[in-house]
Amino acid sequence: MSAWAKHQILETNAILLMIGALIVISIGGIVEIVPLFYLKNTIETVDGVRPYTPLELAGRNIYVREGCYNCHSQMVRPLRDEVERYGHYSLAAESMYDRPFQWGSKRTGPDLARVGGKYSDTWHLDHLNDPRSVIPASIMPSYRWLAETELDITYLDEDLMVQKALGVPYTDEMIENAKRDAVIQGTLDPVEADDLLARYPNANIRDFTGTVTASGRLTEADALIAYLQSLGTAIDFNLYDDNANIR
Amino acid sequence: MADPSNEKLDTVTGFKTTGHEWDGIAELNQPLPRWWLWIFYACILFSVGYWIVYPAWPLVFSATNGVIGWNSRTAVDEAIAQLQADRGPMVDKLSKTEIAAIKDDPELLDFTRAYGSIAFKENCAPCHGAGGGGAKGYPNLIDDDWLWGGSIDNIAHTIAYGVRNANSDSRYSEMPAFGRDGILTGAQIRDVTQYVRSLSGLPVPHGSDLEAGAKIFADNCASCHGDDARGDQEIGAPNLTDAIWLYGSATPDVVATITNARNSSMPAWSERLDPTTLKALTFYVHNLGGGE
Repeated sequence: MSAWAKHQILETNAILLMIGALIVISIGGIVEIVPLFYLKNTIETVDGVRPYTPLELAGRNIYVREGCYNCHSQMVRPLRDEVERYGHYSLAAESMYDRPFQWGSKRTGPDLARVGGKYSDTWHLDHLNDPRSVIPASIMPSYRWLAETELDITYLDEDLMVQKALGVPYTDEMIENAKRDAVIQGTLDPVEADDLLARYPNANIRDFTGTVTASGRLTEADALIAYLQSLGTAIDFNLYDDNANIR
Repeated sequence: MADPSNEKLDTVTGFKTTGHEWDGIAELNQPLPRWWLWIFYACILFSVGYWIVYPAWPLVFSATNGVIGWNSRTAVDEAIAQLQADRGPMVDKLSKTEIAAIKDDPELLDFTRAYGSIAFKENCAPCHGAGGGGAKGYPNLIDDDWLWGGSIDNIAHTIAYGVRNANSDSRYSEMPAFGRDGILTGAQIRDVTQYVRSLSGLPVPHGSDLEAGAKIFADNCASCHGDDARGDQEIGAPNLTDAIWLYGSATPDVVATITNARNSSMPAWSERLDPTTLKALTFYVHNLGGGE
């Protein structure tokens, strides 16, 4: 009986074929995925990367809720044209606290991995309210309700707990102060900013929509803009050595 | 499981069947097409070559590097170095030429215009508009009215360090929120609004108390905008006597400006762009029409 004839046993038995396919795919998966968890050149620790502040995390939740990832990627690939346009290519470490990551694979709009600090807060607010008021050729929908809807921070501490359970190093202190930190960062109550900065270095603390001081309430637009302004700003690429990790 | 004893010869095609049969319909057991099979084997062979040439197999502490030593990081560095080499002497020349001298060299002039225009489209156009015409809240760059000065040095500084951002060299000034912070009452704001509008010849409603407005202006606004309301580019205080209104000249717009202040910001582009690109942008903006 030749080997081909034996293969017929698999071909004619659905359960056996399924088990066989599972074994083959598992081997492929194990060989491709498992080494990423221990190979030194795939694990790079970079100075400056920190977990999201509660307000940024709330903004990230809105980003996911509104499906921004359907049109915007968050990964500058190491290709000439992308680096020319968007800036330094993304590092794996920059999304190490993303649960789940927002790399995306669809660019109807531009990549947002380095959008932090590129535009003013006012621009973001105008652009979310009416994209065509600033980019006449834009096909992005208007997200006018974000600036009108009060940010719900009721479950913000629980959001942090979920992130912690998934492996983001939020401390008990961060979880305990989550709601307070969101309020401080949005300058609804701009005291104790030092505590916030100690927990989350380099966090932007300001009135992102320019309406918080007058209205006394944080909106969803505040959270989303806080998140967008933090993207890609964690690492100082003047100090970062691209080639230190090549080995 | 199929029973081999059920395999039958299909008389039409001359092939055996698999032995499965559903209501008289049987499946032919034909071998894979030869061309398909050979491509399959060729792919397996190709992958062996790929493993040798490119980084491939994970080992205990690292992965095989491949004989050509390809790496995505060095690859992009080389591609960018190649790009810079292709742009070559012109970028080098631009980096060494004073902005005022660019116009003396026609070839460099063309290059700088193109270089600045591309950088402008990617970085500046989202706020200032594709042609530099601006929008409500975003200054027009093609006229000769400047908030922070229209000389080459002033434009270069504004682009490099921005306005009201976290950069220590950024342009900075802050107009008080006269209404929100309770410095002026609603009635006082209405009076000074009409006075300010009258300065540029806008019609004011009948019965406006311009004298009271002038007094409020002298006490609260003149220290920055000047006694003659012509502004001060040192502190980014706009000229209030011309017909250019960044946030609109309608009464509700001016009232909103005085009540809450605007104090918009601009990023410090030296944090994102290289000095040669900043230079090309400065030249481009200066050349848009209003450069001094």
